[in-house]
Amino acid sequence: MNRLHVELPGLKLKNPIMPASGCFGFGREYSQFYDLSKLGAIMIKATTVEPRFGNPTPRVAETDAGMLNAIGLQNPGLKKVISEELPWLSQYDVPIIANVAGSLEEDYVSVAREISKAGNVHALELNISCPNVKTGGIAFGTIPEVAKQLTRKVKEVSRVPVYVKLSPNVTNIVEMAKAVEDGGADGLTMINTLVGMRLDLKTGKPILANITGGLSGPAIKPVAIRMIYEVSQAVSIPIIGMGGVQSAEDVIEYFYAGASAVAVGTANFVDPLVCPTIIEELPVLLKKLGFEHISECRGRSWNQHGQLAYHRA
Amino acid sequence: MIQKEFCPIISQTEIAEDIFELTVKACLVSQIKQPGQFVHIKAANALDPLLRRPISISSFDQENEQFTMIYRKEGRGTSLLAKMEPGMELDILGPLGNGFPIEEVSSEETALLVGGGIGVPPLFELSKQLVAKGVNVIHVLGFQTESAVFYEQEFLKNGETYVTTVDGTYGIQGFVTDVMGNLRFECIYACGPTSMLKALEQHYSDKKLFLSLEERMGCGIGACFACVCRLADDPSGVSYKKVCSDGPVFRAGEVLI
Ligand SMILES: Cc1cc2nc3c(=O)[nH]c(=O)nc-3n(C[C@H](O)[C@H](O)[C@H](O)COP(=O)(O)OP(=O)(O)OC[C@H]3O[C@@H](n4cnc5c(N)ncnc54)[C@H](O)[C@@H]3O)c2cc1C
Ligand code: FES
Repeated sequence: MNRLHVELPGLKLKNPIMPASGCFGFGREYSQFYDLSKLGAIMIKATTVEPRFGNPTPRVAETDAGMLNAIGLQNPGLKKVISEELPWLSQYDVPIIANVAGSLEEDYVSVAREISKAGNVHALELNISCPNVKTGGIAFGTIPEVAKQLTRKVKEVSRVPVYVKLSPNVTNIVEMAKAVEDGGADGLTMINTLVGMRLDLKTGKPILANITGGLSGPAIKPVAIRMIYEVSQAVSIPIIGMGGVQSAEDVIEYFYAGASAVAVGTANFVDPLVCPTIIEELPVLLKKLGFEHISECRGRSWNQHGQLAYHRA
Repeated sequence: MIQKEFCPIISQTEIAEDIFELTVKACLVSQIKQPGQFVHIKAANALDPLLRRPISISSFDQENEQFTMIYRKEGRGTSLLAKMEPGMELDILGPLGNGFPIEEVSSEETALLVGGGIGVPPLFELSKQLVAKGVNVIHVLGFQTESAVFYEQEFLKNGETYVTTVDGTYGIQGFVTDVMGNLRFECIYACGPTSMLKALEQHYSDKKLFLSLEERMGCGIGACFACVCRLADDPSGVSYKKVCSDGPVFRAGEVLI
């Protein structure tokens, strides 16, 4: 019995587990550890029109059950991703979700137009929420009207479905989600990292050269769960959930909250084999919990008998 | 090939103040290619502290499938590590990176091995391998103070060894570079604080010089771009090397330190 097969706009997934963008490069390093065809999909590293070096180091700082990063969208640029990385990935039987980034509307549009032509790119993930890039960017992820407009422009040129990656660094995430749904988004991915900071005990100064960075890891999971719980009840497009996923149990919790697939980020750094391990453990856990198929878990936090399973205190 | 393995601890000893020598049993030893490679250790079988810690392989024994690390107890991860006892298992990823190229010196030549503090450990395996090859080795080991000094006797067995301390409580007072002026050698291998590596690069650009760099890491395998440095011939462009997978050892002048 296949308990894990999931279909989302543009994506027929063997299983709903995929490495998150920025935590997996373009897959080369992880291909030493396992066959990438085992994955449901791969969200590749953010691609911009031109190559980018990114921020000065230190770029990471550990936090309690998490980490801050300020990589700054380092990537080899659109041309190289299309001519080298995507063809290399095409040896695997796995759909690619291309993360599209930029600082101006035109940047997003050019990357989306070109990268969506690649045969193995089955969907785009619009990165309107990278917290580590100073110029432009920010407005796309925090002002609903601007996000909607960008989504619409990208939808016009993309040959594949467009998922928009939402930032948690906003006052009202439901409003943002509805705006991009209005703009024509086929799905949402959430959440990106939370802006944070760490100071060095001896010097009193920030550990990251960029001063602030994006918080990821188990520490942010409750925030992601809450936001997916809220957004999934307010929109009708599917959500790929992410934030601190480490185990099959975490995946189920994301489905309960309302996610339709789950991305694994920081955990790949700690255990390069975490994705195949979760994929192996999921069917066993589902069986134990009495589910025939993972989709039965979806939205369980709010959809059972049309009312909340638990009441808020 | 990089392996992820649970390695039983064979022994752990405090060999100087807050400096621990840790030996584990590990199949991954068969994959070690060069001295100066490192491993990535998970200090706790828990979500916190989350990240692995990069620690150099200070010596290894392929026949008995074991290797040794020497580390300083500093923050949360290494403090947990210091509490671990023989029989317990450590989650280790390795071997990682590219180490010191021993083929760069021939048997009649002299190699100078320069270590600062916790940069000393990887030089020990390097010293062993160079000696086995018939290379004449000289060691210059710099420490903060007497209580931090370790492995002097072990290095002495392989060749001439000078120890410096910043406060003069042991050996020669000063920095490693203060001793080097009087020595003759063809090639330098160094590991230690960035200030030391920079000084070496400035004064010995006429020699063959190999430097082992340190940078904060995420994945340790080249995927996260946490540990990048710029290339010396493209200081403001987009080219880069990753300390974890291209390094940690680089030929002086290749990357900006
Ligand atoms: C290639 C390489 C080889 C190394 N080899 C050795 C060795 O043989 N012996 C030894 O004692 N130390 C070595 N270090 C330094 C060692 O990694 C740090 O001392 C250690 O990570 C500190 O962890 P902590 O738990 O004590 O500190 P914490 O303060 O709890 O660490 C917090 C975070 O910062 C990182 N971090 C802190 N200091 C450093 C540092 N100096 N370099 C890189 N990351 C750091 C940690 O890895 C962790 O992610 C090496 C570092 C690198 C990059
Ligand atoms: S630590 Fe991730 S690329 Fe080097």
